[in-house]
Amino acid sequence: MTAEIGHFALVLALFVAVAQASLPLIGAHRGDPGWMALAKPTAILQFALVAVAFACLTHVFVTSDFSVVNVVSNSHTDKPLLYKISGVWGNHEGSLLLWVLILAIFGAAVAVFGANLPPALKARVLSIQAMIAVGFYLFMLLTSNPFDRIFPPPLNGRGLNPLLQDPGLAIHPPMLYLGYVGFSMAFSFAIAALIEGRVDAAWARWVRPWTLAAWCFLTGGIALGSWWAYYELGWGGWWFWDPVENASFMPWLAGTALLHSSTVVEKRDTLKGWTILLAIITFSLSLLGTFLVRSGVLTSVHAFATDPTRGVFILALLVIVIGGSLALFAWRGPKLVSTGLFQPVSREGGLLFNNLVMATACAAVLLGTLYPLLLDALGGGKVSVGPPFFNTVLIPLMIPMIAAMAVGPFLSWKRSDLMPALRRLRIALVLTIVAAIVTYAVHGDEPVLGVVALAMAVWLGTGVLTELAERIRLFRSPLSESFRRLGRLPRASWGMTIGHLGLAITIAGMAGAGAWKVESIQVMKPGDKVTVGGYEYRFTGAKAGKGPNYKFVGGQFTVSRHGREITKLTSEKRVYNVSQQPTTEAGIHTTWRGDLYAVIGDAEGSGGAFVTRLYFNPLVVWIWAGTLIMVFAGALSLTDRRHRVGAPHRKSSAVSLPGAQEA
Amino acid sequence: MKRKHRRLTFVGIALLLLGAAAALVLAAFEDNIVFFYSPTDLTEKKPGPSQRLRLGGLVETGSVKKPGGGIIIFKITDTAQSVEVQYKGIVPDLFREGQGVVAEGRLMNGVFRADEVLAKHDENYMPPEVAEALKKAGQWKGDGKGNGHTDKGKAK
Repeated sequence: MTAEIGHFALVLALFVAVAQASLPLIGAHRGDPGWMALAKPTAILQFALVAVAFACLTHVFVTSDFSVVNVVSNSHTDKPLLYKISGVWGNHEGSLLLWVLILAIFGAAVAVFGANLPPALKARVLSIQAMIAVGFYLFMLLTSNPFDRIFPPPLNGRGLNPLLQDPGLAIHPPMLYLGYVGFSMAFSFAIAALIEGRVDAAWARWVRPWTLAAWCFLTGGIALGSWWAYYELGWGGWWFWDPVENASFMPWLAGTALLHSSTVVEKRDTLKGWTILLAIITFSLSLLGTFLVRSGVLTSVHAFATDPTRGVFILALLVIVIGGSLALFAWRGPKLVSTGLFQPVSREGGLLFNNLVMATACAAVLLGTLYPLLLDALGGGKVSVGPPFFNTVLIPLMIPMIAAMAVGPFLSWKRSDLMPALRRLRIALVLTIVAAIVTYAVHGDEPVLGVVALAMAVWLGTGVLTELAERIRLFRSPLSESFRRLGRLPRASWGMTIGHLGLAITIAGMAGAGAWKVESIQVMKPGDKVTVGGYEYRFTGAKAGKGPNYKFVGGQFTVSRHGREITKLTSEKRVYNVSQQPTTEAGIHTTWRGDLYAVIGDAEGSGGAFVTRLYFNPLVVWIWAGTLIMVFAGALSLTDRRHRVGAPHRKSSAVSLPGAQEA
Repeated sequence: MKRKHRRLTFVGIALLLLGAAAALVLAAFEDNIVFFYSPTDLTEKKPGPSQRLRLGGLVETGSVKKPGGGIIIFKITDTAQSVEVQYKGIVPDLFREGQGVVAEGRLMNGVFRADEVLAKHDENYMPPEVAEALKKAGQWKGDGKGNGHTDKGKAK
């Protein structure tokens, strides 16, 4: 019964969304306030209906109703409750329902909290949100219904892939989706602005919180996924340039560019067309990401052949959304006139440079991700594009960008000079050179790129701190004056400073773990010792045991340095009861200097010997510490006064209004 | 600077970046694209040891040997042909006889020396009993689609 209620709610939600997609839009076109006002109740109703559908699916999963195909395929009675719930979105159909639920939440949020939006803009934004929702409802109801029944019902389910039974991975997809779907708001605002033919500072300020929130979630989601891969897949890596990862990285690159270009629209009334285009691209890549991962297109283009309806539907949806919005952009885009002029060397110029690099990097990742698919579809043979490709292309692109990132905040709007900025960065430059020399002295010329990357991290970090010191006139005015200035800095500028600092920390982590990771594979008998990266790993033997829904063999290692014991590591090889699928749990000890990481493999012979893989991953935890700081910075910026006091009123002259008050 | 000149500067910088990126992409493509071979392809074309490639197929049943020292030797087959693979390290959790596998490395003197072994897995695996039940109900949808995180074994 629950499944039918859910299904019915989903059908109703489709009809409500159709009404929401059409009536307010027509109302806005005709200037009819009554029709425009329909946007609010329909958005709230649509949200309520999807919420019912989602609650039904969750109920079906929690109660293990094996008459529903989706539950049979992805759940099992002896699974812990957390994973029964995360099983709801751990599959194609359920993840689409989560997607559309988040879409409806964002829509309802605009309807309820968007009281300061002009009614026509609000009506159009909500209509476009509903159009996206209609596409998803149709896709679900026609090709991927999560509530499909099965008869006769089997006695138990297939269980969730044991690798996915992990608390980190339970919240990873919702985080990513909050990011992807959050960019739909920027998209809807962009399309609405194109229809209106008007983009100004007020528009930029309305869009900003949504973009910023989406960016925070996406950053967090990507970091969580990378962390999961690091400790769960058991081979010491943290980013594999796997298409699944690239699918989330592309919207991040585009979204980061959008975040920066929308600042220019807000402050300087220029780069309008570009910002609109970025909003369209970011959301298109989010859609692509959702489908790439969830439809199986990535595993092989032949997934289309096994289930053509799904594939064709996805292609059609992508063509309509991306093609339609780009066509609208081509038609209406030229009407957006920018008033702010600027020199190449200026704050705007710096932000534009950031945008160009981000866009180029994004295009390169897109090419590398889709090339194997395209070649295969055209019958050109099967190829794989691996990490070396992405590293060779992206690292040289990122180096000039990070170099510019430290300089950019010193440039003034409109026109500026490079030399004074560089002069103020001389201490940072000296520190960077010192860091490079020290790294070089410690590690020799072995990976030069590692030395460069670490130096870039120091450059960015010291550059950001220098800018902060300049801003509060540290050492150039009395200390009390500096503190007073520090307290008065707007939260948005704290957001920038802390966010950039977070990136510097992440880059340092990437440099350390990427360039100086030490790995050792060998057979070890109990009592054997191996030295990895200056740490001595002693294998003390393995013993078998039983977990809640798996059996395991656990290998013990004692790690010491200079004869002093540091920690004991346990790595398990598990076999899950339902699926008989083995997984590996790495033994990890995290320190700021680096991670000690041990993995046990298969038994070798009978003397209790095992194949073991031991790592020392320098600075690896900095990667996630840095991303966490970036997310915090984004959230801090979100609480900036200009978002809290509400967006400014629109004026005919498109100048940003300092301290505008909500009416 | 006139407005037109300024715009030209930006277009110039953008083109420069794109050009640099294109050059990087082309150079990287040349060196880093790895072609996929089936055992039949491999025995027919016999690529030289300088070419890095991927070999995919099923792990031949009964072919897995562990001569010690962490080395594992097995055969990859497409039922028509099979190729011997040598690998040092830990094979991925899903590595099993009769299962699909992809090895990356080079062909040297008729033996494929792998430095990476991958096994695909996704959420749509299933034990046989459940598969039976689904088949009977005409609801079988198992087809290897779904989000496949790749499981890898890697060695240097």
